[in-house]
Amino acid sequence: MLSILIWLPAAAALVGALIPHRRAPGLLALGGALGSLGITIALIAGYSGQRTGLTHVTNVVWIRSLGIHYSLGVDGLNLFLVAMTTFAFALAIGAASIRDWPRPRVFFALFALAESAVLGTFLAQDLALFVAFFDLMLIPFYLLLGVWGGPNRIAATLKLVIYTFAGSLLMLAAAIALAVLTSEHTGHPLSFALSTLAASPLHKGPQEWIFLLFAAAFLVKMPAFPLHGWMPDAYREMPIEVLAVFSGVLSKVGAYGFLRIVLPIMPAAAVHFQTLILLMSLASIIYGSAMAYTQTNVRLIAGYSSIAQLGFITLGIFAFAPQGAQGAVLQMVNHGIVVAPLFLIIGLIAVRAGGSEDIREMGGIAMRAPILATFFLIVAFATLAMPGSGNFVGEFLILLGLFKTKMVISVIAFTGVVMASVYALRVFIRTMHNRTGPRVQSREISVREGLALVPFLLAIALFAVYPQIQLGRSEKSVTASIVHEQALTGSTSNTLASVMRK
Amino acid sequence: MIAAAVHLHGPYINWAALSPISALLVGSVVVLLVGLLRPRFIREQIVPALTIAALGATIGLTIWQWHADTAVISGALAIDNLALIMTLIFATAGIAATLLSWRSVAPRASAHGDFYALMLGSITGMVVLVSAQNLVTLFVGLELLSIPLYVLCATEMHRAASLESGLKYLIIGSVGSATLVYGLALIYGATGATDFSAIASSINHGHSSDTLLLTGVALVVVGLCFKASIAPFHQWTPDVYEGAPTPVTAFMAVATKAAAFGVLLRVLDVMLIGERTNWKPALAALAALTIIVGNVGALGQASLKRMLAYSSVAQAGYILAGVAVATELGARATLLYLIVYLLMNIAAFAVIISRERATPYGDDIDSVAGLGSENPLLAWPLTIAMLALAGIPATAGFIGKFFLIDALVKGGYTWLAIVLVVGSVISLAYYLRVIAAVWMRPAPGPSMAAAAGLPVIAGGSPEADRVTGAEIELTVVAVVFAAATVFFGIVPQPLFDLVQHAAQTLSGAL
Repeated sequence: MLSILIWLPAAAALVGALIPHRRAPGLLALGGALGSLGITIALIAGYSGQRTGLTHVTNVVWIRSLGIHYSLGVDGLNLFLVAMTTFAFALAIGAASIRDWPRPRVFFALFALAESAVLGTFLAQDLALFVAFFDLMLIPFYLLLGVWGGPNRIAATLKLVIYTFAGSLLMLAAAIALAVLTSEHTGHPLSFALSTLAASPLHKGPQEWIFLLFAAAFLVKMPAFPLHGWMPDAYREMPIEVLAVFSGVLSKVGAYGFLRIVLPIMPAAAVHFQTLILLMSLASIIYGSAMAYTQTNVRLIAGYSSIAQLGFITLGIFAFAPQGAQGAVLQMVNHGIVVAPLFLIIGLIAVRAGGSEDIREMGGIAMRAPILATFFLIVAFATLAMPGSGNFVGEFLILLGLFKTKMVISVIAFTGVVMASVYALRVFIRTMHNRTGPRVQSREISVREGLALVPFLLAIALFAVYPQIQLGRSEKSVTASIVHEQALTGSTSNTLASVMRK
Repeated sequence: MIAAAVHLHGPYINWAALSPISALLVGSVVVLLVGLLRPRFIREQIVPALTIAALGATIGLTIWQWHADTAVISGALAIDNLALIMTLIFATAGIAATLLSWRSVAPRASAHGDFYALMLGSITGMVVLVSAQNLVTLFVGLELLSIPLYVLCATEMHRAASLESGLKYLIIGSVGSATLVYGLALIYGATGATDFSAIASSINHGHSSDTLLLTGVALVVVGLCFKASIAPFHQWTPDVYEGAPTPVTAFMAVATKAAAFGVLLRVLDVMLIGERTNWKPALAALAALTIIVGNVGALGQASLKRMLAYSSVAQAGYILAGVAVATELGARATLLYLIVYLLMNIAAFAVIISRERATPYGDDIDSVAGLGSENPLLAWPLTIAMLALAGIPATAGFIGKFFLIDALVKGGYTWLAIVLVVGSVISLAYYLRVIAAVWMRPAPGPSMAAAAGLPVIAGGSPEADRVTGAEIELTVVAVVFAAATVFFGIVPQPLFDLVQHAAQTLSGAL
């Protein structure tokens, strides 16, 4: 079932690429993505938060000689990330299928292959399989950016690929070293299964350098503060529908990797480097917020705000407290369903501003397009974590988890919440109100454009009023992934769980 | 010649075990003779067909002899799985090279028959080399491999670069051979034996720190490093690869390299295994140096052949790392990588040759610009080959690197694994430049003039209509080898089983 979930989009798009009709590739890719979305909804409906461990496990030997298994599984940790992925991809592919693309067959095949690779990364329960999907993920995005991107795309692709592949190849070496050292340590044959690796942690020494290699890969992917060098160029040049999922979904893979792989398998190293990672996240929050306030390109504002948001998520993960991790997972989903429509809206308003993405050349769009402006306002409020939005719950939980153990960091991080409202409202005012820009020709959003946005808004609303839909299902799995760290740091914040419920 | 020597010694000849070599030799003679006939049709069509037939027969006979595991010619050659798997690699590379040369300039300029006969001769040399069980056969095999190649490099007689390439290869190759033979002499002097097994047992019985022996080992390793283009003995590689006719370059890059590593495995992991504490660190250092030099050298190259030459140096470094750990796992990883390397490199070269003929840019990177919209059937194989060389998942290149890193970490060479990974990161910069040219740049002016009327960026759907006059066999080679690269990237177990059989040959010594 999970294999169908993963490969359906790619298979459908491949069939679409073979049908000689102009609209076929887009429609079939959309069909495949919707099929996967349907499967995930069925998964969520059938998932009970009471049980721990994986369900729907697929486990077959892939490469016998290396002990690599094709092993997939769902638990509370990745369930909603998978849902967010299929959801965002389905809508982004839908939004893309409205437009005309040069070479549509290759475009949609790659777009759908990207979805398959991301889903594989989230579902893989074998470290080698995870690494393979993690690397594979980048190829379609590389080509999507390089072929269909903006004018400076070639330089952007090079930066993106060098940064991220440096990370993932180091992770490959680290993954193999981890498995080999573990098998020498325990005397069992080589295995990359995450459960086996977590069952017998290594000594602290090897754990530490392996941790650093993994952390580098994940922090680049997010991106986090000093490792974000590829981000501005890539964000500026990527086709907007692709960027919506790239920013909404791919950035979560890094954070997910920490929770799925790093914390359960390398607890001693995670505790050892806790302060370092917390400080990096704090720097990401402050730097991202400050840059988001000073940039004038709308895409970059959203990009830097993502850096800040991911800083929050990392803070939550490395708080080593149940609320923090819960908040981080919630926030991953929230950020995904907020930032994806944000980019789609940016695409729409850029068209209305005569193709410019500079907020100095926008303004006054709201007057002729009140519905679009309303949509934008909702998304902007969600971004700044307005009380009543799902992001508020997420950030609140994160800071709550952190407050108990690292009060100073938590207090500084609060400023990030304030800064978010400043930059989010600045964008909204400068684009929608203010003086009408020189080339602005505003018009209302069309029904088809709206179709891609409305589901996002409904999801935002759902998570705003009822975040328990996720929290209830993910609590056990998320708590399980930080249990070693809690034991090591002696954090006693379990009692706060009752506070959280209110 | 070898068959005759056997005849003198004894009545029993194991013709079955010798059959792959015989097929190559007979094929070589037949091809040479048929090539003397007048009609153009025979020379241009029948001769390559006969070459392929001879290589096909070799493959068939090799598979027939699988698990034969015998020594022939008084123990001078071992027909074991290691030799047989290498024979398969050489013959496959030979078939691909024949198809790539079929309608190119080089065979025409050198009277068809000669060209293919030399190629078959060279392959015979490779088989002898990797089957060799004593120092003399080793040297005979090496020379039988090299001398035809010197000529093949210079076959485009009207092009100065080709002649220069042949001459350069001849001089450097001779230096390498001389070093090797000097080393062999010293080893013989130190141990008093020419048989690999006799030398190995002599080393185990207390000759291991003999200065004479150590000098011999060093010289032998250096001699073989010349052939395998290991830094700092790689300087000939870019010039020779660039100057030689491209089908010959493809053949050299794949088959010669495989032969050099096959014999390195035999020499180091069987004959000199008792010395491994001395050569392991040196080889690891050479591997690290080669990875860095190759990858950095490839960065600024505009010529695709030169770029692939430096990339082949880097890849040689990866493969040498597998030899350097001196474990059975390392030997397996080496063999696996050699197979993978064959697949991805032939795919890349097939596309380059096709573009050399279709565009006025030769092997410059401009020749593949805009290929993505012009001819997807060539663009995809090139893309897959580049991704595989860089080691991206879902290609065999990923599996190869994965296995190498696994062997390195298990063998206690984690630092070398990190160097390998860092090298791969550098390599992305130049492999992706090719992909960027294929997909992200419009074709440069003149060659698009043929497809006039269409806007440059808009690919449009009916791509198939605009396939330029690319020769069908090049497309077939490119597609088949690229498809195999992807297939073995997803289903690698057959390859693992294959190399496991072959490495068992060595496991007695390791």
